[in-house]
Amino acid sequence: MSHAHISTAGASAADVIGLGVVELAGKVQSGELSALETARAFLDRIAHLDGDVGAFLHVDGEGALAQAASVDRLSPSERRALPLAGVPIALKDNLCTRGLPTTCASKILAGYVPPYDAHVVELLRAAGATLLGKTNMDEFAMGSSNENSAFWPVKNPWDRTRAPGGSSGGSAAATAAAFAAAALGSDTGGSVRQPGAFCGVAAIKPTYGRVSRYGLIAFASSLDQIGPFARTTRDAARLLGVIAGHDARDATSVVRAVPDYEAECGKPLTGMRIGVVREALGEGVEPAVQQALLAALDVYRALGCTLVDVELPHAQHAVATYYLIAPAECSSNLARFDGMRFGLRVNGADLAETYGRTRAEGFGPEVKRRIMLGTYALSAGYYDAFYVKAQKARTLIARDYDTAFERCDAVLTPTSPTVAFALGEKTSDPLAMYLADIFTLPPSLAGLPASSVPCGFSPDGLPIGFQLVTRAFDEQGLVRLADGYERASGFAGRRPADPPKVKG
Amino acid sequence: MSIVSSDSKPSRADPTQITLDQVRHVAKLARLALSETELETMREQLSRILGHVASLGALDVASVPPTSHAVPMQAPLRADVVRDSLPRSELLAAAPSTEAGAFAVPKVLDGES
Repeated sequence: MSHAHISTAGASAADVIGLGVVELAGKVQSGELSALETARAFLDRIAHLDGDVGAFLHVDGEGALAQAASVDRLSPSERRALPLAGVPIALKDNLCTRGLPTTCASKILAGYVPPYDAHVVELLRAAGATLLGKTNMDEFAMGSSNENSAFWPVKNPWDRTRAPGGSSGGSAAATAAAFAAAALGSDTGGSVRQPGAFCGVAAIKPTYGRVSRYGLIAFASSLDQIGPFARTTRDAARLLGVIAGHDARDATSVVRAVPDYEAECGKPLTGMRIGVVREALGEGVEPAVQQALLAALDVYRALGCTLVDVELPHAQHAVATYYLIAPAECSSNLARFDGMRFGLRVNGADLAETYGRTRAEGFGPEVKRRIMLGTYALSAGYYDAFYVKAQKARTLIARDYDTAFERCDAVLTPTSPTVAFALGEKTSDPLAMYLADIFTLPPSLAGLPASSVPCGFSPDGLPIGFQLVTRAFDEQGLVRLADGYERASGFAGRRPADPPKVKG
Repeated sequence: MSIVSSDSKPSRADPTQITLDQVRHVAKLARLALSETELETMREQLSRILGHVASLGALDVASVPPTSHAVPMQAPLRADVVRDSLPRSELLAAAPSTEAGAFAVPKVLDGES
């Protein structure tokens, strides 16, 4: 395979794939490493090892090599201006990429090639990133296990009998397995954080409005945000700095300066206050997760943080609230998939039958379930009882955080009550799958920034993550606390053993 | 059941126990041609999910304003200037059927139910 390609001074393929975002960009900027050879090393790795993981739906070898070669042709000073020079990055397949398939892992968009790039994709290209391809996901980002992909489920690189989490499971798995140095996902109710925890990588969901969703295929517009995965928080912070900022093409994008997130890394944590929700460390949370979190709290205490008990009394209503609001918005957003302007069309006897058959054949079971739930919740006679009631509950959930942040700088809970579950374990019980989103949903409903931080392993060797939530637009606090913990604990940046080669 | 107002349209006491006829009606509203098997599975699953959602009934929200967007923001205005759109040919390239530089769609005037 690839060793012949790796001619760059001092770096073997193994070294290159082990490097993080900041290191890779630095070496490409200085000319120590060629972006083209780096791209080849990652593409070879995907070609040989992704077969039994299934993280990628589409690999853009040609485009990745061309982009990398163009970075190598720049002058050293031009390269130094590129924060992601030659960094190989994977994109969730709900981010539009000009000239590259974008399917949302749905049959209704199979073969769809967008005529434009998402805002974040434009920004990554402009920052010198090498875009490797599109990653697998739960169809239309609806799911917590990646088993709702219309194509194939992703396997967790730490144990290929387990789910990688969802919906951004392909991006999380690709980052964990070092098929990419980093990846972008989207997070509506936990779809970046929960797969981050299951795959043992750093994952950040920014504040609602921080990152433009232009070109992100919409699921639930009052909740969707785009966020980065990387093997360390510092690397994820580099990506966040690139993708954050105002874009007039998303009306919810805020006009607000983008701070230097990376500058938070390495700062002391002395005097910072961590809010601990005691109920979130009790019943219903797997013992290994409880123990890992208690140990993480000890680390924070040793770093000079103060632990204070806080309460989120309405968080218990988050699942009910979210599973009314998100399906309601999804039923509206997904009305555009009608077989007329793009995607699948299945002809019927008349227009109504064409719509019905197109959507019945194009959408999978979970997407249909959410469209049905949302249509019901919005229908005459139920709108006030379900949808407006949920919006009011949402206010109460958000107010809980306002109260908590009077006493602390960040709220710490598990990201997920369990480690990665077995593939197939929950597919027959949608409600059980929804209930496991209990910790990631409240900050989503409140629009707050949240991060999942790797904090240990279960006795079976499966990664555990904790979730930090900070005040709106305090991604700096998130990065500072997550990075400080990572430096002290040493859990970030670990990689699973390579999956078996699929072909030689 | 406290979660639903008394003027709810269908004549049922419990909005969390959805009937097969209602599922059929919602599927029609959602433009989903579901099979009889799918309708029955959907009835069962939606009833379970709605049963959980009914826990919101315990919340007193009479004086609570609804939140539609978590981060307060005003609808932004943009300058009223002409901008280029994407080329027509690129947009039509993704369509299942085109004719004379336009999207070709099934007849709508006497076929729509």
